[in-house]
Amino acid sequence: MSWSEFPSMSRADLRAMRQSIDESFREFSQQYGDALETFFDPLLDFLIFSEKLLLNTPWPIMIIVCACLVYLASRSYKMVIGVVLALMSVGYLGMWDDTMRTLSIISVCTLIAIMIGIPLGIAMAKSNKVQSVVSPILDVMQTMPSFVYLIPVVMLLGIGKVPGLIAVIIYALPPVVRLTNLGLREVDKSVMEAAQAFGCSSWQTLTSVQFPLALPSIFAGINQTIMMALSMVVVASMIGVKGLGQPVLKAITNQYFAMGLLNGLAIVVIAIIFDRVSQHYGQRIQKHRQGNLHE
Amino acid sequence: MSSSKKVKISLQGLSKVFGNKAQAMLPYLEQGIDRATMLAKYNHVLALNNITMDLHENSIEVIMGLSGSGKSTLIRHINRLIEPTAGKIIVDNEDVCQFNKSQLSDYRRQKTAMVFQNFALLPHRNIIDNIAFGLKVQGKKEAFIKEMSNYWLERVGLQGFAQKYPAQLSGGMQQRVGLARALACDADILMLDEAFSALDPLIRADMQDMLLMLQQELHKTIVFITHDLDEALKLGDRIAILNQGQLIQQGNAQSILMHPANDYVQKFAADVSRVNILKVKAVMSKTIPALTNQKIIHVREEDTIKSVLHDFLSADAQYALVLGADGQAKGCIDAGKLAQIVNQ
Repeated sequence: MSWSEFPSMSRADLRAMRQSIDESFREFSQQYGDALETFFDPLLDFLIFSEKLLLNTPWPIMIIVCACLVYLASRSYKMVIGVVLALMSVGYLGMWDDTMRTLSIISVCTLIAIMIGIPLGIAMAKSNKVQSVVSPILDVMQTMPSFVYLIPVVMLLGIGKVPGLIAVIIYALPPVVRLTNLGLREVDKSVMEAAQAFGCSSWQTLTSVQFPLALPSIFAGINQTIMMALSMVVVASMIGVKGLGQPVLKAITNQYFAMGLLNGLAIVVIAIIFDRVSQHYGQRIQKHRQGNLHE
Repeated sequence: MSSSKKVKISLQGLSKVFGNKAQAMLPYLEQGIDRATMLAKYNHVLALNNITMDLHENSIEVIMGLSGSGKSTLIRHINRLIEPTAGKIIVDNEDVCQFNKSQLSDYRRQKTAMVFQNFALLPHRNIIDNIAFGLKVQGKKEAFIKEMSNYWLERVGLQGFAQKYPAQLSGGMQQRVGLARALACDADILMLDEAFSALDPLIRADMQDMLLMLQQELHKTIVFITHDLDEALKLGDRIAILNQGQLIQQGNAQSILMHPANDYVQKFAADVSRVNILKVKAVMSKTIPALTNQKIIHVREEDTIKSVLHDFLSADAQYALVLGADGQAKGCIDAGKLAQIVNQ
C-alpha cells in the first residue's frame, strides 16, 4: 500500500452506502411527500396571494405605496425620488411583472426568516446550550452549496414556489439569527444588572431593555438576510420560482448578454431599495444614542 | 443613639467563593484558608469570608474598602444579584435566600432600589422614562407614575430635562437621574454602589449633600459603598471596613478614627483630616479638675476639633469646658491635648 493513496472504502461498499441512503430517502419522500405538501399548502396559498396582489395592483398605486413606505422608513425625499425613478425605469424596460414577482417572494421570505430567526436568536442569547447546538447548524446552512439541499427539497416537494422559498430561507436565515443573538448578548451588562436589580422579570428585561438596545444589530441582520435572499433568486429560478431569476437563467444558457444585464440590474435596484430603506430605518431608531448635544 | 435603631438587614456568616466548585471550598474556609492560598491551590476566588454584621434602619451604613475588598460583591448579596455560597441574609426578619423567583422579584421591586457607579441608565429612553422605570416594573398606575417621576425629576434638580436622553447629560446629571430612579421606587432599602466615585470632586460633594438632605426627610436604610474614607466619614452613621473579603471593623466615625482595629484601618485613618471629623466628645478627658484662674471657654461636645481650635485661638484660651446638649459640663480639654491631636 503506497502512502500517496488514501486508504478509502472499496467502490462497491461506497456505492452500496450511497444507494441505501438514496433508497431510504426516496422511500421517505414517497411516504411523506404528499403529507408535507399539504402541510405547506397554506404557505403556497400565501405566496400566490401576495404575488397576485402585487401583480394585479395598478402600477401607479404600487409606485405610490412603495414611495410612501420608503418615506415612512427613511424620512428622506431624496430616497423617495430615487426609488420612484428606479422603479419607473425598470417598468419601462419591460421587467415590471418579473420585478413584482421577485419583490413578492423576497418579502415573504424575509417575513418568514424574521418570524423564525428572531425567536431563534433570542433562544440562543438566553441559553449557551441552544447556542452551541444552533451555531454549527447555521454554519452548515450558510456554507453548504445550495444545489446540495435543493436535491432533497425537490425530491420531497417537487418543483415550484414552496421548494424555492425553502431554499431561499435556508440560505438567508443565518444572518438574522446570528445578529439577533449577538445584539442581545452584547447589551451593556450594567444596564442588564440594573434591570435585574429593579426586579424585572426575564420577559420585562427582554422587551424593555435587551431587545430595544439590540435593535440596531437586529436590523443589520434583517438587512443581510434580505440581501442574501436576493442573491438566491437566480438559483431559486432553477426550481421554478418565477421572477427576475428566470430571464437571467435563460440569458446564461443562450448567451443573451443584454437580457442578463438588464434583469441583473433590476435585481440590484430591488436590493438597493431594500438595503437603503432598512439601513435608514435602523439609523433613525438609534439616533438618540449618539448626538451628545449637551457637551 | 445608634443602638436604639432597629436592625433592618442582618448578614449572618456570609461567604462567597467564585469558581466552579464553590461549595467544595467551604471546608477549607472553615480551616481558615486565606485568599491567596485558595487562588493558588484551588483556583477559586474567595470574595467574602464569613461576614456577620447588622445594618440599621433609618441610617446611612457605609461599607468601605479598597478595590478587591469584596464590597461590591457584598452589596449585591442584599438583593441577591449574587447568590451567597454560605450564610444568611435576613431582611425584616425574612431570609432573602429562601425567596422563590416571584418573591424575589417582588422583594427587589418593593423593598430595594439601587444606584450604580456607571449610572446604568437606559440609553434608549428619555430622562423621565428612566426615572419611571422602577415604578413601571412595579406595575403602578400611569397617573401615579407620571406624578412621582415628575416629582423626583424636580427633587434632583433636573426640571426641563425630562425629554432629553442620558447621552445628552453630563455625568453628574446622569447620576441624579440614577438617584431619582431609585428614590421613585419608594423602597425601604437604598443601595448605592460607589455611586459618586465616577464624579468630579465638586459635583461629588453636591451629591453627598443632596443625599444627606434627602435622608433627613426620607429615613431610609441606605447602604453606601465607597473606597474613600472622607466620603465614608461625611455620610456614614456607621462605617464597616472590609479588607480581603473580611470585615475588619464596624463603628461610627469617632470610633474608627480613635480606635482603629488594626494597621489597615490605621493607614486609612492617617490620610484623613481628623480635625474636620473628630468631635471633641471623643478626645476630652472625662474628669473635670478644679477650676484655676486659667482662661476658660465653653464648647459643646458635638463640636469638631476644628471649631474648638478656632474658639481657642480667637479667645486665646488655655482650657475648655465641654458641655453636653443639656448644658451640663461633661468633660474638659486643654490646649496641650488639642495640639497633640492636631499633630497626630
